[in-house]
Amino acid sequence: MTRITVTVDGTRYTDDVEPRTLLVQYLRDRLGKVGTVVGCDTGNCGACTVHLDGRSVKSCQLLAVQTDGHEVTTIEGLANGATLHPMQEAFRDCHALQCGFCTPGMIMQAVDLVTENPHPTEAEVREGLEGNLCRCTGYHNIVKAVQQGAGAMSGGQS
Amino acid sequence: MTTKLFGAPITRREDPRLVSGNGKYLDDLGAGALAAAFVRSPYAHARIVDIDVSGALDVEGVVAIYTHEDLDGAVADRLPLLIPHPALTAPMVAYPLAPTHVKHVGEPVVMVVAADRYVAEDACGRIRVDYEQLPPVVGVEAARAATHLVHEEAPGNVAAHLVQEVGDARAAVAAAPHRLELDLFIDRSASMPMEGKGVLAQWNADDQMMRIYSSTQTATGVRASVAAKLGLPLAKVECIAPDIGGGFGAKIMHPWAEEVLVPWAARRLNRDVKWVEDRREHFISSTHERSQVQHVEVGFDDDGRVLGLDVTFWHDNGAYTPYGIIVPIITSTQLLGPYKPGAYRVEFFSLYTTTVIVTPYRGAGRPQGVYAMERTMDAIADYLGKDRADVRSANFILPEEMPYDHGLLFQDGRPYKYDSGDFPGSLAKLKALVGWDEWADYRAAAEAEGRRVGLGIGCYVEGTGVGPYEGGHVQVETSGRVNVATGLTTQGQGHQTAFAQIVADELGVPIDDVYVTTGDTRKMAYAVGTFASRAAVVSGNAVALAARAVRAKALRLAANALEVDEADLEIVDGIVRVVGSPESAIPLGTLSVLSNPLRYAFDEAAKAATQFAGAADFSKPPVADDEEPGLEGRDFFSPTQSTFANGMHAAIVETDPVTAEITILRYCVIHDCGNLINPMIVEGQVHGGVGQGVGGALYERMVYDDAGQLLNASFMDFLMPYASEVPHVETDHLMTPSPLNPLGVKGAGEAGCIPVTAVIASAIEDAEGFPIRSMPISPVELWELRRRHAAGELPSLRRHTAATS
Repeated sequence: MTRITVTVDGTRYTDDVEPRTLLVQYLRDRLGKVGTVVGCDTGNCGACTVHLDGRSVKSCQLLAVQTDGHEVTTIEGLANGATLHPMQEAFRDCHALQCGFCTPGMIMQAVDLVTENPHPTEAEVREGLEGNLCRCTGYHNIVKAVQQGAGAMSGGQS
Repeated sequence: MTTKLFGAPITRREDPRLVSGNGKYLDDLGAGALAAAFVRSPYAHARIVDIDVSGALDVEGVVAIYTHEDLDGAVADRLPLLIPHPALTAPMVAYPLAPTHVKHVGEPVVMVVAADRYVAEDACGRIRVDYEQLPPVVGVEAARAATHLVHEEAPGNVAAHLVQEVGDARAAVAAAPHRLELDLFIDRSASMPMEGKGVLAQWNADDQMMRIYSSTQTATGVRASVAAKLGLPLAKVECIAPDIGGGFGAKIMHPWAEEVLVPWAARRLNRDVKWVEDRREHFISSTHERSQVQHVEVGFDDDGRVLGLDVTFWHDNGAYTPYGIIVPIITSTQLLGPYKPGAYRVEFFSLYTTTVIVTPYRGAGRPQGVYAMERTMDAIADYLGKDRADVRSANFILPEEMPYDHGLLFQDGRPYKYDSGDFPGSLAKLKALVGWDEWADYRAAAEAEGRRVGLGIGCYVEGTGVGPYEGGHVQVETSGRVNVATGLTTQGQGHQTAFAQIVADELGVPIDDVYVTTGDTRKMAYAVGTFASRAAVVSGNAVALAARAVRAKALRLAANALEVDEADLEIVDGIVRVVGSPESAIPLGTLSVLSNPLRYAFDEAAKAATQFAGAADFSKPPVADDEEPGLEGRDFFSPTQSTFANGMHAAIVETDPVTAEITILRYCVIHDCGNLINPMIVEGQVHGGVGQGVGGALYERMVYDDAGQLLNASFMDFLMPYASEVPHVETDHLMTPSPLNPLGVKGAGEAGCIPVTAVIASAIEDAEGFPIRSMPISPVELWELRRRHAAGELPSLRRHTAATS
């Protein structure tokens, strides 16, 4: 067992974990943050995407021990209380989700994408989401939502 | 006035939950449950010689290890044959754990239950199974050759053989002025939902009660099959489908071995047990679809009118046939699309191979059928030097010919009879949307830039809303809250919104007061499942009928309470009021109070229903003879036949002259699924279907080697498209209502994916000038076809030869 201290969604946790425990299993099984889901185990689908110190990472590709001393944000920590994050709002508004399983990872990746490029073109959004699979939407409305969310995140100027 | 919600593109009621990580999928439930993992066959075909679990017994945290020998009762028998058919002469279904033989890589052999999944996997790694390998049978050709058999019980590897014929098709082909033959192939893909399967079983020993949560498309099916397997009264089993991370057909198959074994182990251990499928398991031990070899013979006249159509195909059904022959039956009927050949004969062989089972995946045999028909239409057009759309027009069933009976039997065992559709109208819209008549100019402009482009088209008809039935239950609580239940499940179709729209309209209540539950046998025990684009049609109409029953009761109660005639009442925003005198009104919540005469008041509102609350008519019982307590209603919708939606797609592709890379430049869809409950949701279904179709046309296939190993069993190697591969989709709708149900709706779930393979093949063929007869197609394969074409091994299209000569 290894002791780690990690801040998740604004709360500091200290836990003993097995070295082989994946970050996503630590989040889900230890902290009960089941909003972050597992889709493929191989780092290809992006359903488990979270932010590590503000940048998107696939939490099935990190060990929990690697996050010792760092800050993790999950989909559950994105909204401001009852007020959805603009990207969450945009996903809802644009019908950018159906089954919703890829959605937490997709939104976390979208926020990261827009943080890096506040005014992405459609092509840039599509490229920026390469790494996150969706089987329901054909991405059509996801792309629309990310652009709308980008506009909202920058104060309405897209 | 209440705004009409039916037809409104309102945002989904489930989304605030799902966008904030508050969805509850199978693996989000049951914290602390024991975890199951499985040792699965590494060989495609083998005899089990010995199983040695001794090395795993001392792994700390292991609770139990089970092989077939440990199973008892009906759990030790084969899993059920879900859909028997007279033509399925050699049905074979697997055991939950293989007793003596394994028939595909991934078949479960040993089950381990442990404190958590890590430990369970550790133990699986220490179990030794000795096998004697037997010859694998991989692919349609090997199955047909039958040099080796998958099952001794199935001579020639034939599970089923079926012929349907209308008229004398072979004579019609022989007598036709023109004849063509086509040999076609389409490869395997799979539903591949983002969430795999999973099951959580909670045995309550005190109540002798089993609760199952399953990531399923049929909660009632799982409930009934597990009750039968475990020998439990149905009343002692309940099944709940929580949020489901996609299904696309894979989860209508049931009961999966794990769905039986996990509850069995939970009862035996008296502990909660959970199994969550990982991605590799989903690849090698769930289900695939699509693979068929097809031979088409067609005879036609100078206008391209099909006089005789004779189709034979060989369908790879994998190692077992638990879902019967639904997929090839659908191929053999839906192949006809919007057309009316003079005579039609179809014959298929459903063949065993030592690969993952084949059961419906979105489209369910239709993409293959449409591919065969549309390749044929393009070939006829090319042969005659005619416009491809004109040849299709010449074969259309016309609106005035509806209803149109093909004289075949459909997948529900009922007549294959189209109810409505306007195919010429759809084609006109499609041509306008894609710019069909300006295509020559478009191509010329591209060619001037040294670019190679092609235009493709594909038409389909989709039987949707298949029976036997679904039910709806609508109940108004005293608070005015409206609870709606239907038994089928939801995997992303937005039922909590669409069904709420229907009920809000029918009942006259704000949609925010309506709460929809699906896939919970506690709320609706009679149901079938979510497949065949049937939810909106069958459950949609059922909840509408149930809401109408509640409305009728509310009006009866209100007429009595307000001492007016029912005909003078309306319901607006949850309040029953006299038309023209809105001050004479009573809320539905209050009617709910009055509908349930009480002895005991539990809150302020309930006082009104107690025995001393007011005057009563002592000549009548508190609950009238023909009434039941409560403001609620239940009804079922059972259609006489499927309702047939249709659509037409066109695509413009560009193929790189050097690398043979294929890019979709435009993708256009005309879709007609009757009246739209929520156009935003329908459009989303179409987008998603097209996305899956593009995957199936250009990227996805199951790559088996000759030994029956699936070489690409992960998302690293199975190329499911990302946002960078799926094109922007342009859509337009026709709305030809169905005459077969009160709401006039048709199903929409599968439509988008059905013609995509045919459309892309058509477009690539148009770009390249030689026939495309095998799909999906990769740049490497296209490059190889170009090489063969240049070497004279592949003929040129006639129109291409004409254009370049």
